[in-house]
Amino acid sequence: MPSKYVIHTEAVPRRFQPLIQSGIIAWEEGCLKCAVCVKKKCVYGVYDHRGLDARQMVESIDNECMNCLRCVQGCPNELIHKSINPEFMAMGDEHWSPNIIASLWAQADSGKIPVSGAGYPGPFSGPGFDAIWTDMSEIVRPTRDGIHGREYISTAIDLGKTPGHLVFEPESENVGAKNFSPLQLLDIPLPIILKVPGFGAMSEEIFRGWCEAAKRLGTLFSLSAEMSTKMPEEYGPWLLPSLSADPISKGFNKALKALPPGCRMVELCLDDDWHETVKEVMALDRKVLISAKVSMAEGMEEKAQQLVDAGVPIIHLEGDFRGRGFDDPEKFLKDGIRSVHLKLVETGVRDNVTLLASGGISMAEHVPKAIICGADGVFVDFPMLIALECRMCRRCEKGLSCPVDIQDASSEWTAGRVINLTGAWHNQLLEVMGAMGIRDARRLRGEVGRAMFFEQLDRETFESMGTVEEECELE
Amino acid sequence: MNNSESFQLPEVKRTPSRFRNPIGKYRLNRTSACVACGKCVEICPYEVHVARRGRVRIENAYRCVGKDCENTCIDVCPEQALSLKRNPDFEVLGDRRWPPDLLAASWHMAEFGQVPEKGLEYRIGASEGGYDKLRIAFRKSKIGSAMVDDDEMDLGVLLNRRGDNAHLARTEVPFYGGGMSYGSVSINTMLSRMKAAAALGTFCCTGEGGYPDELKPYDDHVITQVATGLFGVREETLQRVKIVEFKYAQGAKPGLGGHLLGDKVTPGVARMREAVVGYPLFSPFPFHSVYSVEDHKKHVDWIKAINPKALVSVKVSTPTDVDMVAVGSYYAGAHIIHLDGSYGGTGAAPDIAKKNIAMPIEYALPKVHKFLTEEGVRDKITVIASGGIRTPHDVAKTIALGADGVCTGTADLVALECIRCHNCESGRGCARGIASTDSELMNLIEVEWGTQRILNLFLAWRKELIRILKKLGMKSLKELVGRTDCLVHLDYMKNGSEK
Repeated sequence: MPSKYVIHTEAVPRRFQPLIQSGIIAWEEGCLKCAVCVKKKCVYGVYDHRGLDARQMVESIDNECMNCLRCVQGCPNELIHKSINPEFMAMGDEHWSPNIIASLWAQADSGKIPVSGAGYPGPFSGPGFDAIWTDMSEIVRPTRDGIHGREYISTAIDLGKTPGHLVFEPESENVGAKNFSPLQLLDIPLPIILKVPGFGAMSEEIFRGWCEAAKRLGTLFSLSAEMSTKMPEEYGPWLLPSLSADPISKGFNKALKALPPGCRMVELCLDDDWHETVKEVMALDRKVLISAKVSMAEGMEEKAQQLVDAGVPIIHLEGDFRGRGFDDPEKFLKDGIRSVHLKLVETGVRDNVTLLASGGISMAEHVPKAIICGADGVFVDFPMLIALECRMCRRCEKGLSCPVDIQDASSEWTAGRVINLTGAWHNQLLEVMGAMGIRDARRLRGEVGRAMFFEQLDRETFESMGTVEEECELE
Repeated sequence: MNNSESFQLPEVKRTPSRFRNPIGKYRLNRTSACVACGKCVEICPYEVHVARRGRVRIENAYRCVGKDCENTCIDVCPEQALSLKRNPDFEVLGDRRWPPDLLAASWHMAEFGQVPEKGLEYRIGASEGGYDKLRIAFRKSKIGSAMVDDDEMDLGVLLNRRGDNAHLARTEVPFYGGGMSYGSVSINTMLSRMKAAAALGTFCCTGEGGYPDELKPYDDHVITQVATGLFGVREETLQRVKIVEFKYAQGAKPGLGGHLLGDKVTPGVARMREAVVGYPLFSPFPFHSVYSVEDHKKHVDWIKAINPKALVSVKVSTPTDVDMVAVGSYYAGAHIIHLDGSYGGTGAAPDIAKKNIAMPIEYALPKVHKFLTEEGVRDKITVIASGGIRTPHDVAKTIALGADGVCTGTADLVALECIRCHNCESGRGCARGIASTDSELMNLIEVEWGTQRILNLFLAWRKELIRILKKLGMKSLKELVGRTDCLVHLDYMKNGSEK
């Protein structure tokens, strides 16, 4: 049995004070500066930690407050008040919400799974992946993989074409797969590939940090082919360069030679006129695995199908940075994955291809949910930037300075934070798989029986409760 | 307790907040233009303004109903000295399931023993789905048709329907206290819940952290839990109670075991759980002795051998095949199947588990009710539901979806002034002294105060449930079980209009 895959994490402190949700404490006029609240009431010692001068209690932004409201409720003159911090609420957008960003920061700090008290605080369900609940096994259907618990859960996945069946050669001792060379397959220990985010105050140093993280995690790091050549040679095997249509059309062989040494997989970003190119590429004698990118938009199922038919072993389905369709913002990555997956299942080629998905993967639960929908693995992009304290303010896109100077971060710090985040996600993946009783990530793929879908459940349960035949008062 | 004739409901006693400044929805400001004419004192029905030594002060701003007030102090003030605004602190409270209105409304009930008249939404939360989109539909022709005295309304639940040798336990109210372990909450919180349960003629569960001696006087109202960690489980304690609960899983963390962080393992907790001080405690998942219904039956038989009179409750969460789990539990000999939906409470759980694993109770319950009915065993087993039941309206909806009764948890803590800050697990535990074993913090709650707050809350629930039942034209809660025709989901409503 191979040794257990463990991601070693250790605390990597932030460089900046974080924003928190209810961060403002306002002292109203009339304070007698009796300091009862400051010295005695705070259970968490917040007032001590921030070095506040008790004689100058002016309105201040707080970064450590745990929101117990003891000071508010205990102030002898009812003068201390809290309110929602507008700066926190303004972070990100609907998809990259302030709470998600804050949770990612905390995971990058410690590498620990976010744990909190009290029940789930959020909305009943939501769009995209939030409309899925994963299953758990109980009494009548215990962990179908036996009683080993989560100690032996494998999160590894294969990239490339797996052999359809084994062939026994009667003349020799060899058992193998027909026409199969191990070069056609690459396995990574977790279903997560790192990917350069679409924007960010990035520097070469940060890229080296991401390379280092990919290497230590044993996974790949997806970046442009141009950038990949600037990375130190040692990272070659962990890089997944992305070739745009232009250099491919000028001769793929040449483009291949320019790739970093040891590179094991390359991604093609194809233009509309891709059939000839792919034919050429697949005919080449090459040592790298080929992946082709398909944008989530009208006709993606057919395009994926044709690529598989042309022999491409890996398809990368890409949604926009919020995980929506490029031509239809109502279409979510989960729908895209399901529909491409089902198309490939219907035509009987699903096992000949690896399906990877990207775009808007923002929380650990999106990984198992994407896999349940039919992906083999996912790309993670912006969480790698948020691990570096990014606030998703998008100032960098406008050429403005980064409020947390990401570009100045060291590669070691970058790698540490990204490894922490991935470690926390890996552990959360194990929790979800353990609860489902699934012991191998490869077998989770397309297992919609291990998930519950909001649309279906809601209709089944409540549709019949819809008719009111006489006049009613509702409460 | 088996004789409801002799049962006397406890009385409501006004029990205000234990903090100096209770938090309300509004703030009133009085400028120096005030001439202390006392008109505001006269007109306010909520004692917001108080005249004292020739001055008028705002002392109970938290009771102000703001814009819902018909004759406002602001209008009668001859000097225009009063102004009203939203309290910014109020917005900081709670979350989507327990929005600030629901918290403040529950605090009102815990103080006064009745639902707030005005100013606060006390029936639904802001989760925009499930209970929060379900409405109870009162048919005009039925309204006012039940001519019953409040005292004659039957809200009780018979817990043993198997007709076997076990106790014929019943509750006087359609809810009992869900498990909260010694360690996750303080002994004062436990005692408050237990004493309130005893006074209400119902039960309360110990959770998985053992059976502290302080609970002995309430043995007849205690449900003791056997969970996967088997913390503090002893034959002696199993023999002492009327109901034993097997916890297979918990709604907030289905598929995961219980989790008590190291800081909360104080010497007292460690002794009770036979563990080491300061080390985190994890319960395994699942019961490593149960991998089938047959194994499960061995569990039930074990309890029946140790305490033949005990009722056996099986607490499970809500996977897709929850209906099979329920029917399996019945055939294994359980008296009560307790379904804990995925939005239930916990002292500590991974966020990923709270949000994503297993389904909400609103879906699981009708499924189980239907399956048990089709199997012909629905009237032989008591179905208890929990996992996000916050209000009397939630209770009524739950019963209509097919439960016989419900378990409460978070609501009890809200009565003790939980504000849903979600920090129960960290450091010394709850800063408000509810879910803490820290010797200083836990003494923020006096048992007498806590008991009365919980009693008041549930007496308000009871009153409201009676109002709902009467409005539906029903005389007992049993009539409401499984009556999904009394419910309407806003997303699927076809006729009729919302009030």
